[in-house]
Amino acid sequence: MACAVSTEPPGAAQTHPTTSSPPTSAILARRLRLHPRVAVRPEPFGALAYHYGNRRLNFLRSPDLVRLVNDLGNHPTVEAALLACEIAPSRWPSFSRALASLAASDFLETVEP
Amino acid sequence: MTSRTAATPIPVSPNAGVRKGETLSDELKRGLDAPICLTWELTYACNLACVHCLSSSGRRDPDELSTAEVINLIDQFAALQVFYVNIGGGEPTIRPDFYDLIDHATSSGVGVKFSTNGSRIDAAAARRLAAMDYTDIQLSIDGADAATNDAVRGEGSFATATAAMDHLAEAGFGPFKISVVMTRQNIGQLDAFEALANRYGAELRLTRLRPAGRGADSWHELHPRPEQQVDLYNWLIERPHVLTGDSFFHLNALGDENLPGLNLCGAGRVVCLIDPVGDVYACPFVLHDEFKAGSVRNPGGFAAVWRSSELFRSLREPQSAGACASCGQFDACQGGCMAAKFFTGLPLDGPDPECVSGHGEAALAAVAAGARPEPTSNHSKPAPVAFVTKPRR
Repeated sequence: MACAVSTEPPGAAQTHPTTSSPPTSAILARRLRLHPRVAVRPEPFGALAYHYGNRRLNFLRSPDLVRLVNDLGNHPTVEAALLACEIAPSRWPSFSRALASLAASDFLETVEP
Repeated sequence: MTSRTAATPIPVSPNAGVRKGETLSDELKRGLDAPICLTWELTYACNLACVHCLSSSGRRDPDELSTAEVINLIDQFAALQVFYVNIGGGEPTIRPDFYDLIDHATSSGVGVKFSTNGSRIDAAAARRLAAMDYTDIQLSIDGADAATNDAVRGEGSFATATAAMDHLAEAGFGPFKISVVMTRQNIGQLDAFEALANRYGAELRLTRLRPAGRGADSWHELHPRPEQQVDLYNWLIERPHVLTGDSFFHLNALGDENLPGLNLCGAGRVVCLIDPVGDVYACPFVLHDEFKAGSVRNPGGFAAVWRSSELFRSLREPQSAGACASCGQFDACQGGCMAAKFFTGLPLDGPDPECVSGHGEAALAAVAAGARPEPTSNHSKPAPVAFVTKPRR
């Protein structure tokens, strides 16, 4: 029973893309895709993402981010995906931070070459 | 949102494409396409008769959803991408089809967390549960020793619950949850609950006592005193890993720091309850006709109730802060819990009965005799249920 949106995962570490400082430019060269155990549910603000493995919930608060995340696996690098999704370069730093945060919580996984 | 918390989802925002000035909380208050947190009570039948039971459970209702209806409802959840359900009751494991239902749910991509008093978790059941892929278990106790627990949950219930914990530990289930409703009698045992959880490698989950169901009659004897609320707040601030179901946001006015969580009432917005006969309510704590949104048995099923019921639509409108509007703490406590106000006879746009600034006591004193709502459903067994304190042995 819960009042709001408690997912109560076991021992989950939480990060916030705007306050944590992962290496954001390095991620552009990586090949990432949505983790196979993550489900993405469209919502008015973007989407909810749920990881059936670590049972964590994520709010993807932008339709563009949802589009990008769903498309990542079709591209050889994050940079290629950003270009293909027509995300303006001025927004890349904030998108990179968001992707780094998702990767850190295993919502995204690295595709081995 | 930067603290390491077990109970807070992670908002990922690229700072772009988000409506200017919109917080996640603002967005959630307008509701979601499907609930995030769906509580589903499978039966009103229960072998216990806890004095604070939210659903006044005891006897099975003859009109409870059939196995076929339950399977169909799970399929609806899967189609709506309800990621998991919180199953309760009554004692859900009493249903003969219980394991078939959770098997069907987990194999359909609907995770299951269920609450139990442990009475049916013997060694064999524990092994079966340990083998399941996506099942979480919450064992309910309301005292760190038999005397404190059994006064609320009934003679022998502490021994039953701890025997179930032993079985789960022996079966290698992994980290189950120990779920405790915070009362005047057990807040002094917070450290003992933590030690118990550590002993089992379990997670501790503490939730707020609500004056709903039989809790309406026992609330005055059980609800924490103001100084205990301060103790609880301070204890929880130091332990962000302790799970709370976001249920103590009314305590946020006690300090500069908010407890982990989104600090909002999710009723009808991100949360709802389905009862054993398929009626849908705004949250797990308001089993009353006033907060009934519809039935899953009606055309359109659950989705139609969630998306278009008049009640849920109104709960997703901006809510008035009413008498709390002039209080400087409103942003911290959000006016508290709708269910706690409703069942104590308080106006919904006024202070919570346990308002940490003390406005609740004056408001309660002003409630006219007979103004408290009458229950609209009761499945209690005929035997009287009373809070009994036994001498400690």
